[in-house]
Amino acid sequence: MTSIDESDKEKLRSVSVDLNNDTALLIDIPDALCERDKVKFTVHTKTTLTSFQKPDFSVPRQHEDFIWLHDALVETEDYAGLIIPPAPPKPDFESPRDKMHKLGEGESTMTKEEYTKMKQELEAEYLAVFKKTVQVHEVFLQRLSSHPVLSKDRNFQIFLEYDQDLSVRRKNAKEMFGGFFKNMVKSADEVLISGIKEVDDFFEQEKTFLLDYYSKIKDSTAKAEKMTRSHKNIADDYIHISATLNSLCAEDSTPNKKNLEKLSDLFERLRKVEGRVASDQELKLTELLRYYMRDIQAAKDLLYRRARALVDYENSNKALDKARLKSKDIPQAEEHQRQCLQKFDKLSESAKKELTSFKGRRVVAFRKNLIEMAELEIKHAKNNVALLQGCVDLLKNN
Amino acid sequence: MVLDCGRKPENQHASCRKTPSWDSKPRTTFYQLLHHTTSRSQWHHLLLHGVSVIHIGDQQGSLQPPTFPIPSLPPGTLSLTTRTMASSADRNPPPFPASEEPQPELSDMAEGDSDEGEDIFVSNSHPASVSRGVSQPEEPADLFSEEATTTAKPNGVHSDDDDLFAEAQADLSSDPSSDSTRKDLSSSSGPPSARSPAALQPTSLEQLEEDEAKDIFDVDVAVTNPEKVGDGMNAYVAYKVSTRTSLPMFKSKAFTARRRFSDFLGLYEKLSAKQSLHGCIIPPPPEKSVVGMTKVKVGMDDPSSVEFVEKRRAALERYLQRIVSHPLLLQDPDVREFLERDDLPRAVNTQALSGAGFLKMITKASDAVSKMTIKMNESDTWFEDKFQEVDMEEQQLRKLHAVVDSLVNHRKELCMNTAVFAKSMAMLGNSEDNTALSRALSQLAEVEDKMEQLHQEQAGSDFFIFAELLADYIRLLGAVRGCFDQRVRAWQRWQEAQSTLQKKREAEAKLLWANKPDKLQQAKEEIAEWEAKVTQYERDFDRIGMTVRKEVLRFEKEKAKDFKSQIIKYLEAMLQSQQRLIKFWEAFLPEAKAIA
Repeated sequence: MTSIDESDKEKLRSVSVDLNNDTALLIDIPDALCERDKVKFTVHTKTTLTSFQKPDFSVPRQHEDFIWLHDALVETEDYAGLIIPPAPPKPDFESPRDKMHKLGEGESTMTKEEYTKMKQELEAEYLAVFKKTVQVHEVFLQRLSSHPVLSKDRNFQIFLEYDQDLSVRRKNAKEMFGGFFKNMVKSADEVLISGIKEVDDFFEQEKTFLLDYYSKIKDSTAKAEKMTRSHKNIADDYIHISATLNSLCAEDSTPNKKNLEKLSDLFERLRKVEGRVASDQELKLTELLRYYMRDIQAAKDLLYRRARALVDYENSNKALDKARLKSKDIPQAEEHQRQCLQKFDKLSESAKKELTSFKGRRVVAFRKNLIEMAELEIKHAKNNVALLQGCVDLLKNN
Repeated sequence: MVLDCGRKPENQHASCRKTPSWDSKPRTTFYQLLHHTTSRSQWHHLLLHGVSVIHIGDQQGSLQPPTFPIPSLPPGTLSLTTRTMASSADRNPPPFPASEEPQPELSDMAEGDSDEGEDIFVSNSHPASVSRGVSQPEEPADLFSEEATTTAKPNGVHSDDDDLFAEAQADLSSDPSSDSTRKDLSSSSGPPSARSPAALQPTSLEQLEEDEAKDIFDVDVAVTNPEKVGDGMNAYVAYKVSTRTSLPMFKSKAFTARRRFSDFLGLYEKLSAKQSLHGCIIPPPPEKSVVGMTKVKVGMDDPSSVEFVEKRRAALERYLQRIVSHPLLLQDPDVREFLERDDLPRAVNTQALSGAGFLKMITKASDAVSKMTIKMNESDTWFEDKFQEVDMEEQQLRKLHAVVDSLVNHRKELCMNTAVFAKSMAMLGNSEDNTALSRALSQLAEVEDKMEQLHQEQAGSDFFIFAELLADYIRLLGAVRGCFDQRVRAWQRWQEAQSTLQKKREAEAKLLWANKPDKLQQAKEEIAEWEAKVTQYERDFDRIGMTVRKEVLRFEKEKAKDFKSQIIKYLEAMLQSQQRLIKFWEAFLPEAKAIA
């Protein structure tokens, strides 16, 4: 069992702000267990709401349960006008696992010390991935709990409370297939949404903005990931350099030995700093971009739903006209049209509110993370300066 | 080369040819002493440079005068220090070609310094070669003042020859082989038995080392201005070799010559072949590269060819600097000719695919084979231990070099990824509809752009300072191994001569028995001839042994100095880079805070 303490969670919970403030419903994931590919989260709820059976309880949940909850919410008609928080991505331990595998293969080529250090690095990376996935799942739940409408959802309650395995309620094969179709429909939505003539300026602007922003942020996320990976590679190289320098000066009996020792020591410390630079950049920048990329997708989904509602309304208008022409089934057509309009209006109103608050949320999150990233870069660079200066002084004074 | 570890005389290897007198002979004979002093006197004579005379005679007070008539030594200047190694510390690594800032340092160079027409040190090459083996205009004054001060205290500097006399004295009066006494000096855990007669020994060898540390070589060389000459496959790159010196053995104080890569290789070939330099660690030049050069010849101006030329130019410069900082090599007429002569005959036997090239490969191979067939029985483990050390060190350096290479590549990758990310971030900033956030994102893009620049420079530093330092020493350690090999070959020659002598003696004995007077006379003549050869080869062997030891000690000291100065340079560059990084992010912070 890997437990994550509060301070760690504070540090990690950076992408979304103002969550988990409502004491009526407090959710967190205090524990998570990782076995092979599966991660089992312990979802802990503290609540003062009477709708729950107990004030304090925990349940084990798997990643698939979260996906089920997300999809259930998306499919709920009533929530069509809301931005449904993006589903947490599947825990991906592939990268550290690959590296661990490669390390195992290359074990014979490096010294024991080097191997241990590399292993430590990889374990740290593994842990970082693990922490990140816990955080992302936690944030998902917390966004739900802090949403006035979504927090009252029945499925959400079941998710939090049901103390047996949720797998019976999870997607069966048919529904999975349905999910596939849904994705197909979504891409059709893209065409639909760009084709629709928008009457409302606000939505017109939002549409343009979100479509453009999404592609840009997706690109930035990918590039940020590459950048972070290069930083990690450099940190790993420092480990090898330090280890090889160690072997060199172990055998050295010449006056050069001292120089090599100092350099080896320095690289060992530098690599720790470099490693932290990489991971902080990952958390503050890459994660930020990644999260908001998914969030913007959720906002786009909202626009699609609204667009579909608009199409429905327009179709109902056409149907009404046809009915009037044929003088048949007019009241049904009128009723249908009225309903569509109502649905559309309700959706638009809620969508407007959601999108506006989303904007604010996004700006605040970016601000917080960019400030923190800049501060961390400065802190690490100052660390480096101190280390380098120290070594230079040592060398010069010898 | 296989050295038998046996230290005891009884440990006779079957294939080892030794004469019984091997171990009991004292190492230092008077002939060697004479040889030493003669070469040194030549050296002192040539490097005479307006210094006060150090009269040797006075300092001989307590020592018995030697029986051989040693020529009185001319006044010698001993105020020579190796500046070329130190001056390499002034070098800034050249930027990788993508950087556009020209390095301004070279334009400040000596203006009214030489009468050689052109102002040799104004370099227009791009990337600007910042390697500065040449000093700034204000330095000549410093050079001279430096020398003046050192000569002002002659008493602090002991004459080498003084020490040699001491050495000779100790040897003549001592019984144990000088190998064991030298072992005392080189290894701290030597047996104390040989201490008393060799009381003067420790000081003399230490002093030899100290004296070398005080040597200042008043020669600065720089390699600049790589220029492509000619077209197509016959094209080559010519480099400007500039020398500044106040040593009288050169024709003038400052001069230049244009040399191409094969000239540098030719110089190395000449030096390696010289008998008189056997045992010396001759710095090797950078490797040939058919791929690299072909790209340059074909005329591609891409960054990798520019980088290749810069790498080669810097390596050639360090190569020359190491040569001129070596006391014996500086003396060599071929070196002088290389630096001075206007038109150097082309060194054709360095061509990779020429007939001479093939021949060289074959002789190298046969040398290697012959080394393996005769095992050398060492009575002094210093050589074997040192050889093992050198071998291991070379292996480790190769490993380290590979890792640093990987670091360079990853840094270049980081550089590219950062640039790409910066552009992407700029686009995102443009899309952003919140004005303050939009501005902050654009600023972030700019910061990342600057970071790319930093990474680029850091990669240059990683390569040109760190990686090239390691590459140089991998080559140099190869040269060190080479001079150990030369010692083994000298030993082999001696052994072979001894066995030939033995055969001749046996032949003579047979003739005596068979009573053939005329052939006997011839046999006697041959014996005399071979006896002389044996003596000669033995002396050669001993001489090389001493040279190798001295060279290795000198090399180790120089290596420590070189590493230290290069490491400091590397770290200081990294330090500056990090400080700039801090500034960039500190400038960004208020922008981030201004988001609303």
